[in-house]
Amino acid sequence: MSAAQLIGDWQALVVLFVAGVIPNQIWRMLGLWFGSGIDEGSELLVWVRAVATAILAGVIAQIVVEPPGALASVPDALRYGAVGAGLVVFLLTGRSIFAGVVAGEVFMLAGKWWLG
Amino acid sequence: MALPPLDSPQWQSPWRAFTWGLRSITQTILTLVLFATYLGIGALAHDSHFSLVWALCSTLFVWAGPAQIILITTLGSGATVVQSAIAVTVSAIRLFPMVVSVLPLMRTPTTKRRELFFAAHLTAVTLWVECHRFLPQVPRERRIAFVNGLGFGLVSVCLTANTIGYFLAANLTQTLGASILLLTPLSFLFSTARNSREVADVVALALGVLLYPLVTKMNSGLDILVSGLAAGTIAYGVHWWREVRA
Repeated sequence: MSAAQLIGDWQALVVLFVAGVIPNQIWRMLGLWFGSGIDEGSELLVWVRAVATAILAGVIAQIVVEPPGALASVPDALRYGAVGAGLVVFLLTGRSIFAGVVAGEVFMLAGKWWLG
Repeated sequence: MALPPLDSPQWQSPWRAFTWGLRSITQTILTLVLFATYLGIGALAHDSHFSLVWALCSTLFVWAGPAQIILITTLGSGATVVQSAIAVTVSAIRLFPMVVSVLPLMRTPTTKRRELFFAAHLTAVTLWVECHRFLPQVPRERRIAFVNGLGFGLVSVCLTANTIGYFLAANLTQTLGASILLLTPLSFLFSTARNSREVADVVALALGVLLYPLVTKMNSGLDILVSGLAAGTIAYGVHWWREVRA
């Protein structure tokens, strides 16, 4: 891979800052400047946290439902099954993230191997 | 590894405190989870046609897994800059209460705001959890140095993971590449579920996953925002309804 390929085009880096870095960082800087006197349990923050969680949940669903790149080579049922199997193990192990991730991966790899 | 007692001479130098913070990354399973997540983000960036430097810059300057994944997934699937920026900023609002709650743990009466800049930048869910765990064992005047060390260590782990994930995605067989991409949804689903203590958070997570495929049928171009706002608001409604009844 050449240096040019590793860096990519500069427009993509500008987009990274405009669409990613600034919209994200602004909240940390607001916290740094106006931090004192905000009630962490306020109703507005409960709603904000719920919407933020649901957006992240949507992105998780998007990766599984409309998979990028190599993940698209895995049949639908196998991807959904892997997430389901991981979830069951996660819950059975008293919410172990590690066990859930390993179970999901094993399910997918075993399914791929079994399907040939 | 146990941290030295609060009155130990080990804490006299800020550099020592930084080093203790750096070494503390070996004391938490979350480091492993972060490694797996950022391995996935590196692979996701590759398969969504971003460069390695782009992926590393996003880790260094965004330093929030959910925002990075939202950015890569939305831009990669053809969203406009404005649509991606809105989705990222909504996901990042949660950083505000995190920073607000974590900085008082490190502040002393003489602390200047600029001394807290890196601590604020490094604040994300992992650091936030670990600060509440480690900082009571660190003398107050050395906490900023300790957190900078801890954050520096975690960022380094993630940059390494990004690079490995990126090259694995480029060179692995399709099946192994797929398994690395699958790390991202799995680790985020379970770490978010683990951090969901309130009913509103659990409902938002479950409904957010279920609603997204339905909302995509509308093809609005703002699917992530529509499903997120709807599921989040319903989750808040459930929370509100339980409060009223209680």
